[in-house]
Parts: sequence; structure tokens; C-alpha cells
Amino acid sequence: MKATDISNPEYFHKVVDCQYACPAHTPVPEYIRLIGQRRYSDAYMVNWESNVFPGILGRTCDRPCEPACRRGRVDEEPVAICRLKRVAADNKDDADVAARMPLIPSQKNGKKIALIGAGPASLTVARDLMPLGYEVDLYDENAKGGGFMRSQIPSFRLPEEVLDQEVDYVLDMGVTRHFNTRVESMRSILDKGYDAIFVGTGAPKAKDLIIPGRDEASDNIHLGINWLESVAFEHLDSIGKKVVIVGGGNTAMDCCRTAKRIGGKEVSVTVRSTFETMKASPWEKDDTLAEGIPILPNHSPREFILEDGKLVAMTFNVVASSYDENGKRTIKETGEIVTIECTDAIMAIGQDNAFPWIERDIGIEFGEWDMPVVDKVSFQSSNEKIFFGGDAAFGPENVITAVAHGHQAAISIDLFLNGSSVKEARPAPGTNLVSSKMGIHQWSYDSAVIDDDRQASAHIPVEQALSSRKIESEIGFDLDAAFIEAERCLNCDVQTVFFEKKCIECDGCTDICPTNCITFINNDEEGSLRDKLNAPSVNKEQDLYVSTDLPTGRVMVKDEDMCLHCGLCAERCPTSAWDMQQFLYTVTKAGNEPAPILVEQMGGKKQEQAA
Amino acid sequence: MSFYKPSFRHPSAPSNELGLTTKAYEGGVSTLCAGCGHDSISAAMIQAVWGLNIEPHRVAKMSGIGCSSKSPNYFLGKAHGFNSVHGRMPSVTTGANVANRDLMYIGVSGDGDTASIGMGQFTHVIRRNLNMMYVVENNGCYGLTKGQDSATADEGSKNKKGRANPFEAIDLVALALDLGATFVARSFSGDKDQLVPLMKAAMSHKGFALIDVISPCVTFNNHAGSTKSYDHTREHVQAGAVLDFVPMAQEITLDQIKGSTQKVALHNGDSVRLSKLSDNYDPTDRHNAIRTLLDHKAQDKLMTGLIYIEPESENFHEMLNVSKTPLNELKQDVLCPSGAALKSINEGLR
Repeated sequence: MKATDISNPEYFHKVVDCQYACPAHTPVPEYIRLIGQRRYSDAYMVNWESNVFPGILGRTCDRPCEPACRRGRVDEEPVAICRLKRVAADNKDDADVAARMPLIPSQKNGKKIALIGAGPASLTVARDLMPLGYEVDLYDENAKGGGFMRSQIPSFRLPEEVLDQEVDYVLDMGVTRHFNTRVESMRSILDKGYDAIFVGTGAPKAKDLIIPGRDEASDNIHLGINWLESVAFEHLDSIGKKVVIVGGGNTAMDCCRTAKRIGGKEVSVTVRSTFETMKASPWEKDDTLAEGIPILPNHSPREFILEDGKLVAMTFNVVASSYDENGKRTIKETGEIVTIECTDAIMAIGQDNAFPWIERDIGIEFGEWDMPVVDKVSFQSSNEKIFFGGDAAFGPENVITAVAHGHQAAISIDLFLNGSSVKEARPAPGTNLVSSKMGIHQWSYDSAVIDDDRQASAHIPVEQALSSRKIESEIGFDLDAAFIEAERCLNCDVQTVFFEKKCIECDGCTDICPTNCITFINNDEEGSLRDKLNAPSVNKEQDLYVSTDLPTGRVMVKDEDMCLHCGLCAERCPTSAWDMQQFLYTVTKAGNEPAPILVEQMGGKKQEQAA
Repeated sequence: MSFYKPSFRHPSAPSNELGLTTKAYEGGVSTLCAGCGHDSISAAMIQAVWGLNIEPHRVAKMSGIGCSSKSPNYFLGKAHGFNSVHGRMPSVTTGANVANRDLMYIGVSGDGDTASIGMGQFTHVIRRNLNMMYVVENNGCYGLTKGQDSATADEGSKNKKGRANPFEAIDLVALALDLGATFVARSFSGDKDQLVPLMKAAMSHKGFALIDVISPCVTFNNHAGSTKSYDHTREHVQAGAVLDFVPMAQEITLDQIKGSTQKVALHNGDSVRLSKLSDNYDPTDRHNAIRTLLDHKAQDKLMTGLIYIEPESENFHEMLNVSKTPLNELKQDVLCPSGAALKSINEGLR
């Protein structure tokens, strides 16, 4: 194998599994360490710079980071990254954070941008462009910003104050609000002479289920996201006593839990798939079951049953899922039919994009599924002035993906309006690699690996939670639990950096490594190297770190997969051929805004103030 | 600050026939200098005992005084151990071995503990062919007292201050061969591929097995001019009879070793397979072994590998008809025969 090029920032970035898996590449270990040091405001700012909505995401994120977490490979469960983020948000010093918001130039740069839809994608674009002097007009049909974070995520999961605070951080930068204003025509926006337009209108159209009885029972059949929105905006405050939810995603979980809070007595969720493969996040399923709501898997909707023109029940075909060797699923009816009594039924079976308001003759090309053709890197449409992001770009995803889109679209808009190529001139990531050595056995990070299990996040009693749709059901970590959970982090961003020239091949590192991930061996092709390592190389997704040739002609090969980042290799190295170096990777934002190595500067500033 | 090791291990770490991973064979975390060859020998020990499927509590680790003799603390934490007086490990091991021959005895000693203060004990334990593995962690200096030349330091080897050693070195391998040792090997701490099978073979040998392991002292004897440094050893090492230990249960099918091979059957049915130094090197020929060793020395080469083996030798227990049953398992009536037994002995002497 060729020697690993560690000067390529993507190599060490990939070692930080959580950050690599995060669409916005939030420096997770960095903020977890700060939480461990009880520096909650600092931890919040590291998050905020990267993902704009730490308090919101700390409650509602889909957590792509957690399945990727290294801890999950060596221990039973990964670090509770999402809830730690919430700890930072809940315990930050609001005044301190407010004081750290970017300065907004009073002298504008003369460029005007329209953002359509006030969801996470648009707000991120505003967050990145406002400090650069752009004038930003934000359009939304609702009275407040937040988009589907406000309309679709119930308050018992995401309290309004949390949402308001983080939306306001952005709006208070001086965004011009055009709320209660539904944009009905893209042409009319274009005609206003904006220099660039960003579309972040989400995926607003709920899927419907066309089975017998649908039309006749329509008064008592609700479409999931529309229904949640009606509840959120208080157009609706009750539902019948017996409610059936159709669908197995997170929207279904939100619908059933909301129904239970506004009058539903017998609420159940029906899913066509098996319980294990349903789309809802495991923790959302747990919370649903904890509130006494049954989830009925393998139920495929068959018919709405009416009596005297009113919905009284739904019937389901019981199905069985089977998988072939390629993992392809086939669903077969078993012949059994189940009837579930209901006064109301909620369809939560997915959502689609809809752009009836975009004229088709204004230069935006539409492709498959009637979706606009959007560049995957620049988020630019075929009309060079118009950019898309969030669910509006490539279909329904999640908040953190929308934020990632927003950052990238903001870069494109800034490049475009400065006459640079939106593809070639994109900024490189910010990186920093600094030794963490403090002494012979001392590092500037907590290198000890603790054995504690994943801490459970506290909830309020179910009866209390069900009494109102506005009481947050989850309390989250107390500070003691948060500290333990933060210490569970393996500090994957503290990299094992190897200096070939210093190595005397004494085997000290190989002998001490708890997971045997270091091998000194004659170089070979990757496949045969993996077969010959000291420990089984089971995870081919993880890279091998290969050195250049050593004096004996061998190379050092480190399998990144199981490294605990405990620093013992470096402690055992007599010549400091190994060093533990703290790596910070940040996605550069629009205007080449330097990334949050800020934290240390902030700390410095604070000390000055104190003095 | 961490003189500790995380408790997590590789989740796919292989298990031996006892269902144990190497974790069960680890000891405390070493407090020797970072980069010490002794730690590599401890790691090889873990692999060898694990690979032989020996339960850790069936092993007794015996040592004297010195950096080397500290090292049994860093492997087989669940084994028995005796950290004895300086240079007196062989006597203590002899006593223990007489009391309980069921345990496997691993003696760990250094060049000072063996070739200086313990020389008398070393020679006599060889003569007695005591059933044990005797590992010398040989770094050519007294590391624990700041690196003075030891009795195994080569003549002309420079110390850290640059002064050349004026005295001739004691070659423990040559001495052992001369004294009639039945298993003599030399290895290098930086070559576990050779060291681990050597240890397995040594532990399977019934009788005294010496492994002289060159184990660089990274703090006091790893500089240019030293003949026991990592670099010098690597440059001068000549892998002698490269060794492959084949347990009884394993059929000899794989042939990774190139060149001609020789199989030497061990006492218990296991065998040692050798790929030879040259076609006429026979490790069961003591004269030839001594001659080849001296030839290598004359060419400034360090001969390593299995140098001599006498698979069917009479060991200490057989020579002295030592009790097969460990003393701690003997019942009182056997240990203290009745008056009648004494009477019958007395009668026999009349």
C-alpha cells in the first residue's frame, strides 16, 4: 500500500467517525470535551457555528453520528451525542452566547437576497450571509420562522422557547421578515430584482392513501404533517377517542403522541413493515411505547369502514416480510384480516415536494419526479440566480442535512455574487493539528477510557407528559450524568500521528495497544495486509494508516477501526515517534469565515475581561 | 496520567482452546522505561502461553532482582510468582519444582542476575537439567543502577559515555552448551516471529530450556557503539535455525518456511520444525552447535534461533525420582508414615 497522506485533511476527518457522519460535520469530540470541562457556552458556540440549531438538534436530530460512533464498536452503546448537545444548549449562559453572535456590518454590500421558506435551510443561509453584509429578505407563509421545525415537530419534543431563541439568533441579525406571506409565484420574486434567490420550502405535500372508503370518510381522515401543523398553530385542539395512525416513521410517532395528548384515548400505530425495520428512530419508538401507545407491525391498510357515513374502523391485511440474500424485501399477505375500531385515522406515510408556484418558463429545469435539477455541490439550479436547499433540493431528509445544504448554498451565493465559480472556487476546510503532549504521561485531553455504560436521559412521569402537548416530555441529562456521558467519548479527534524517522521499531506501541491495532509488517496490497495484521481487520470501511518504509524494510500499519485513542502507544514510545495530536476540522463558511478555533480566542478574551 | 490500560479489547480478538483471549494472560501495566525490550518479551510470553492453551494458574513465574526480574509482574497476572533474592532464582525454582512438578516454571532473569551474582546458580541448574524455561533478558548493562557494563557486555562495546568495555563477555549460550544444557536458543526481543515459537518449544521441552534474549536497554545501552542496541542487533543478527513450533494436534501441512526443514519430535508428541541455517546444520549435534556458534562469533554475527536441542534427556525429576504428586496433594499418611513403616525400614537396616 502507498504510505498514508496525512496532510490530506480528509484522512483524519474520517477517523473522527461522528463528525464524518454528520452532514454538517460538526466537531463533536471538541464540544463534548468542552461539556466535560463544564464550558457549556463554549460547547454551544462550537455547535452553533457548525449547525446553527444546537438546542433544536439536541432534541430532534436524526443522529447520523451515533451509529457511526467508535464507542459503539468497542462498547455496547455509542456516546449519547445528541443529548449532550442538548446539555450544552440547556446550560449555556444566554447573555454570553448573545454577546458572541457575529457582528453584522451596518454598511451593507449592496447585494439583496430572497430566501423563500423560513425553515432550517433558509435560516442557515441567512446566518452565513448576514455577517458578510448582504441584505436578506425572508418569506414564509406562517407568522413565525422555523418552517417544519415549528409546524411538524410537536412542542412536547421541542419547546417553543427553544425554537424561538435559536430562530431569533438568526432573525435578529437584521433579516427582513416577510411572514404571513405565501409566495405564489417565483416570477414575482424574480421581478423584484434580487441578486440571488434561495428556495428552502421543504417537502410540504403529505402523501395520501387511496383505499376503499377514503373519500367517504374524509372528515375523519387526516394527513400527518398537515394535521400536526393544524395542531401546532392551534387550528385544531382535539381529536376523537379512538385514533389509528398509518405509517412507521417519526411523523407517525409525533402524530400518535400528539393525538394521545389532545383527546385520543385508544391510540395505536400501524406499520406495514416489521417493528425492527420501521423508519422511526429507535428512541422515538421507545418514547412512543413508554406512553402506552401500541405499535402494530405487519399491518397493511385495506379499507376504511363507515357506519351512517361516519368512520368507525379500519381493516388491515396482515402481511409478512421476507428478505432474499441481497436484502431485498418482499411483503406477502398472510390472508388474515384485522379490524381496528377508530373515530379518526391519521396518514403518516411520507411527504413529497411540490413546486406549483414555480413557473416552468423561468429557466429552472425540472427533472425526474417533477423535481428541480439542482447541482449536488453548489445547490445552484439551472437558473444561475436561483439556489435550492433542504428538503426542497433533493427530497425529504432532516434538519441537520438542511443546515449542511444551507451552509453550502450560502458559499455558492457568495461566490456567485462575487463573480467566482460556484464549483471551482469553493473554500477548503479549516484544519488544525496540534500536539496534545503536556508531559510524559500527560495529555491535554482526558486520555483515560472509562467503562461506564451509556447514561439514560430522564423523562417526566407519563401521566404528567400526557396532560399537555406543550410540556416537554424529556428532561435530558442532569449535569452529573452529562459529565459521565461526556467522559465516555473516546476523543477520536485526538489523532495518533506517526513520525517514521523517529521510530526505532522497538515494538513498544504494538505491545501496549489494548486493541492490537498497530502492526509492523512487510508492505503488501491492502487485502493481504489486512489478513496479516495483529488483530482481525473486520471493518473494511475503516482506513489503514500506513507509514513509509522503516529501516528494517517494514512499514507501520495501524487499523483505525478499533483505536481507542487512549494515547498508550505514544506514552510507550521512547522516541516520540507517536504523538497524540488534536485535530480540528471545520467546514469553511461563506466568505471564508475562519472556523471556530474561535473558542480558544473567546476563552482568552474572557480572561482579559476578568483581569 | 495513565499507568493503566483501558479495559476494552478488540471485540473480534481470537480465543484459544480454553475460550480465553490474550486479555486473560496479561499482567499489570509495565513501569519499565518506554521502549524497553523486556516489555516485548513479556508480550511474547503472553502470546506463547496463550497459544499453548495453558491456564494461567498452571504457571509459576520465578525471578530474581533487576529490571528483567520485575517483568513477570507485567504478564500472566493470574499465574503464581516468586520474586526471589538476587541471582537465587534457580534455587527457589528447584525447591518449588520438587514440591510441585505439575506447574510450568518460567524463570525470568537478566544478565546481571544470571551472569554475575547468579552465575553459580545458573551453571548448577543447567547441570541438574531442571524442568523449566529460563529466559535471560540480556541487555549487556545494569539498567537498574544506571547502565554500568554487565558481564555479557561485549569487549569493545561502548557505554553511554563512549568508553569501550575492556573485558571479554560471557556468552551464556556457549556456556550452557558446554555445561550440557538440553535446549539452548537465542533470540531478539524485536523479533516475536522467532521468539514466540521458541518459547512454545522451550515450554514444551522436558528439561532445562535456556533462551538468551537480546533485549536492548533503551535508556542506557541503545546508542551508537553499543553492541546490544536495536540497530546493532538488527544488523548483526543471523536467524539461525528458524523455528516453527507444531503442537501435537496440528498436522504438518503448511509449509511457510522455505528451504530444507527438519522435524524434531518433543517428549510429549509435539514437534519443533526447523528450517535450517544450512543443509549440514543439525541442532541435535552439540559439537556442531558449538562450532557454528563460534564461527558466527568470529564473523561478528549473532546467531539466533534454536541452537541445540536434546529431545529425550533425563531431567532432574527422573534423576532424583522426585514425587510425581505435588506435596500439597499428598495426604498425611504418605507424608508422615506410621510407626510401622519406620519399623520396617529399621528392620531392613539391621
